[in-house]
Amino acid sequence: MTAVTADIAAEVTAILAREALLDPRELRADLPAADLGLDSLGLVEAIFAIEERFGITVPFNANTPEASAFGTATVGEIIAEVEALVRARG
Amino acid sequence: MRRVVITGAGTVNPLGHTVSETITGLLSGRSAIGRLDIPDAGRLSVRIGAPVAGFDAARHFQPRDLTLLDRATQFALVSARQAVAASGLTTVLPGTGVIIGTAGGGHETAEAAYRAVFAEGRDRVHPFTVPRLMMNAPASRIGIEFGCKGPTFAVSSACASANHAIGLAFQLIRFGAAPAMLAGGTDAMLTFGGLKAWEGLRVLSPDGCRPFDRARNGLVMGEGAAVFFMEEREAALARGATVLAEMAGFSMGADAADMVLPSVAGAEAAMRRALADAGLSPGEIGYVKAHGTGTRANDRAEAEAIRAVFPGGVAVSSTKGAHGHLMGAAGAVELLACLAVLRGDGIAPTAGCDDPDPDCDIDLVQGAPRAVEISACLANAFAFGGLNAVLALRRG
Repeated sequence: MTAVTADIAAEVTAILAREALLDPRELRADLPAADLGLDSLGLVEAIFAIEERFGITVPFNANTPEASAFGTATVGEIIAEVEALVRARG
Repeated sequence: MRRVVITGAGTVNPLGHTVSETITGLLSGRSAIGRLDIPDAGRLSVRIGAPVAGFDAARHFQPRDLTLLDRATQFALVSARQAVAASGLTTVLPGTGVIIGTAGGGHETAEAAYRAVFAEGRDRVHPFTVPRLMMNAPASRIGIEFGCKGPTFAVSSACASANHAIGLAFQLIRFGAAPAMLAGGTDAMLTFGGLKAWEGLRVLSPDGCRPFDRARNGLVMGEGAAVFFMEEREAALARGATVLAEMAGFSMGADAADMVLPSVAGAEAAMRRALADAGLSPGEIGYVKAHGTGTRANDRAEAEAIRAVFPGGVAVSSTKGAHGHLMGAAGAVELLACLAVLRGDGIAPTAGCDDPDPDCDIDLVQGAPRAVEISACLANAFAFGGLNAVLALRRG
């Protein structure tokens, strides 16, 4: 893992933990996003924070959450999605 | 208690600039949703909406008046003129009042002023910014035009604003506080800032409004207004007025639960209380005009609530696929679908829905209008903030 992606992982984890009111150490990569205990507004706020931090646009529609890793995946998959969006941003 | 009837209606909305154009549009099942052409649209991730096309304000207002009128007030005032003309009255009783619901008030005026001072670095805004943007501007301006000196104010309860306005006007006449009322809703928030705010909540559809459809993926914003002239039934009959419908009942309540998620129990309670207020049984209702936004959450919850209130089934449709979500005007423009069905035009189909979601197990009218003879119907409006307002209407 490069330093850049390690930073992304740590920052995404920190943002998710802050929104979920959890200790970042509890957010293992295999933790399902559903188990973060975020309600729909918390999820939208977390995505907003991530977009603002990394200057990316996360394709997430609350009506079709299955179309984005943020709706259904694990913490590790969310981090991977953010990393991919950051790479695509260039 | 006095009985209350609707004797005039008027509207400006994405389907048309008159009641008859609108009802024709609703029954045709066509959609006025399309690609938006507004400044900075390239910076929006959702680029569709339902604008009022071809509205020439200069045709309706003198330049000196126009300078005081936000687009939302223009829509409301033109609608009110139609409603008063349709009522057959040349002057209204001085005790008449005006209640207009609006979610955004003079949103376009506020946005232009902020743009001037923040984005363009200007040091002054238009001198009439305040009287243009205030929430009560539509109600006040209508009252000034027609000399209404009765109870006049704005109601702002997001997407339930118009139902609250119409329901409160009904109660004021019913209990003798006013002989007649002009009531309805208006909104004009199809601006860059308005769309940005909704985009942020991530509930807008990128490609269309499909209420109760399996593939629905969000709401689509629209703009417009509708206003109704309501009066005491005895007075209307005495002057030989054409009665469009009787306002039979109204209920309002709150979920007290969540700022954005709907509650099945809240919607169900609101419909039951509207029926009780009207003295109607579920079996007497031939149509429910659904709130039907086209979001995952609303449509599923509303369908469940309708099933609970009407175990024997009832015909349901949503018209938001035709004209978009008109926010504070939604309940008013959609009430035209109720007037149409009560006068025998049939039930407007649910535009945008061609694959009904089995998860929303209701008797949904879609594809084509349904010919029915009914004597009463319900009109639902549910708002962010968990506010529910339901109107019950009877054939006049």
